[in-house]
Amino acid sequence: MRKFIDKLVFGLCSLSTVLVLGILFLILIYILLNGITSVNLDFFTQLPKPVGEEGGGMANAILGSAIMVVIATIISVPVSLAAAIYLAEFGRGKIAVITRFMVDVLAGVPSIVIGIFIYTIVVLPMQRFSAIAGALALAMIMVPTLVRATEEAIRLVPQTVKEAGLALGAPYWRVIIEIVLVSAHKAIISGILLAIARVAGETAPLLFTALGNRFFVKVLDRPIASLPVQIYTYAVSPYDDWHRQAWAATFLLVMFVLLINLSVRYVTRNKSS
Amino acid sequence: MDKISPLAETQAINLESNFQGKKRWLMTSAADNGFRQLTKILAILLLGLVITLLISMIYSSRLSISQFGFSFVFSSTWDPVKEVFGALPFIYGTLVSSLIALAFAVPISLGVAVFLTEQCPIKLRPVILTLVELLAAIPSVAYGLWGIFVLVPFMREVVNPVLGKTLGFLPLFQGPAYGIGLLTSGLILAVMIVPITTAISVSSLTAVDPTQREAALALGATRWEATQIMLLNARSGILGGVILGLGRALGETMAVTMVIGNRPEIAASLLAPAYTMASVIANEFAEATYDLYLHALIEIGVLLFILTFIVQGLAQLLIRQITKGTKSNA
Repeated sequence: MRKFIDKLVFGLCSLSTVLVLGILFLILIYILLNGITSVNLDFFTQLPKPVGEEGGGMANAILGSAIMVVIATIISVPVSLAAAIYLAEFGRGKIAVITRFMVDVLAGVPSIVIGIFIYTIVVLPMQRFSAIAGALALAMIMVPTLVRATEEAIRLVPQTVKEAGLALGAPYWRVIIEIVLVSAHKAIISGILLAIARVAGETAPLLFTALGNRFFVKVLDRPIASLPVQIYTYAVSPYDDWHRQAWAATFLLVMFVLLINLSVRYVTRNKSS
Repeated sequence: MDKISPLAETQAINLESNFQGKKRWLMTSAADNGFRQLTKILAILLLGLVITLLISMIYSSRLSISQFGFSFVFSSTWDPVKEVFGALPFIYGTLVSSLIALAFAVPISLGVAVFLTEQCPIKLRPVILTLVELLAAIPSVAYGLWGIFVLVPFMREVVNPVLGKTLGFLPLFQGPAYGIGLLTSGLILAVMIVPITTAISVSSLTAVDPTQREAALALGATRWEATQIMLLNARSGILGGVILGLGRALGETMAVTMVIGNRPEIAASLLAPAYTMASVIANEFAEATYDLYLHALIEIGVLLFILTFIVQGLAQLLIRQITKGTKSNA
């Protein structure tokens, strides 16, 4: 009887693993099959066609996503690096404890709440939806991931390396910037890439910050299209051709995200082994 | 290590040539202080950001807070036309869909975690763990799209009719089969939180001293009985992972919005359409035509923030306690 229960439980455990992996493959295969049959050159080069007309593409949304993610990275990386350096190198008092806690809290804030916050402090005063508001929302989502990854990377740099730099007469700030950060650059860049992969697919915080746009945008204080928001709009629409384009866009997005995730894992595994 | 040292050496030599003489040294110590202060200011800035977030959101929901007070949380009427707002249907939808997600995700995650730590060949372990964690990398909107075109039809054609026939005597499984609804969103959420709870359960289980298992096996316990000892030792970490998963489910927006049906009603049936706090914000925010409406939506955002704040804080506390506890045990 005990042996039977033993077999039963471990059988169920194997089964649940198979189930989870099966669901992953099911989702990926659907996105792959529907995506490949839906992608065409127009998708990358054309603007959306007016409602009801077949064809067109998402060139503006692809560009819009790229613009916002780049701006978000430029804003969030320096802030996060500085905060992580403070936490890893100087932070021992109350401020460090509270900051670390706040970073954890920020990591757990639903992205849609970040969207509301940016709406209240950027969109309301500016009186319009804008690319910059969308980028700020994405930046705020990137910060906690970046701070944690960077702090960990900095802590892994051996103390002796820092001491060697200091013993040669280098001031602390140069030791940190030119030795510690350079030594930890692989892990830091991995963290940045993972954060980019995460925000590239964020939809909720863009709904009422960047809003969306059916055209290319030349200035940053106007509403701008993005791939995830476009997927959402097209997915809930009643048009078959829009559904096809939603699959194509999802295919593009998921491939991008998986590529970053797998390559980062591959690189970091090589390093540790 | 051997990669880092030569690099550091050349860096340090470069530095040496730049910094000679006493005056230079004094200046750099001032620079050191400045650098330290700069990083500190930016760290404090992050701290201020979270506080600003709360204050700004509460200020921007003042109309709704002053008009409805506490009844906002307990009223189930959401009628933008009559300018009456109550958040109860959304709170209900958020809690119930998240609990359904936990009901599916927790046993499955534990199963995967036990499989990975007890059964799986060591070489295969990182591969499977990576695959499971990939589930967390897929964007929410991709889950939503998959949900609309694959899961919802499947629920409508297969699952709902079967549930109706077998368990239809329960009020939980009555009503027409729309395919969309609480159960469907709970299932999608379950898939989305499995990677989180699995990853944390695996790390809590591997943190348990393996001699515990060996001792149990030596006393004649079966593998499952030994595993129970391991699970018991890892319980606080696992609980932390579960609560972290709950936090994620509560705030999840896009996938749920696309499959829950978006109807602000509290129905007994899990097959009925519902609405969550995050979904109502996502759906109606850009359409809120007058200030009170907008403020009511922002107040739902405040409630959601407070809810996830409590849940996340609890999870962090548990996970930290566990890592401390296992260290002192070992």
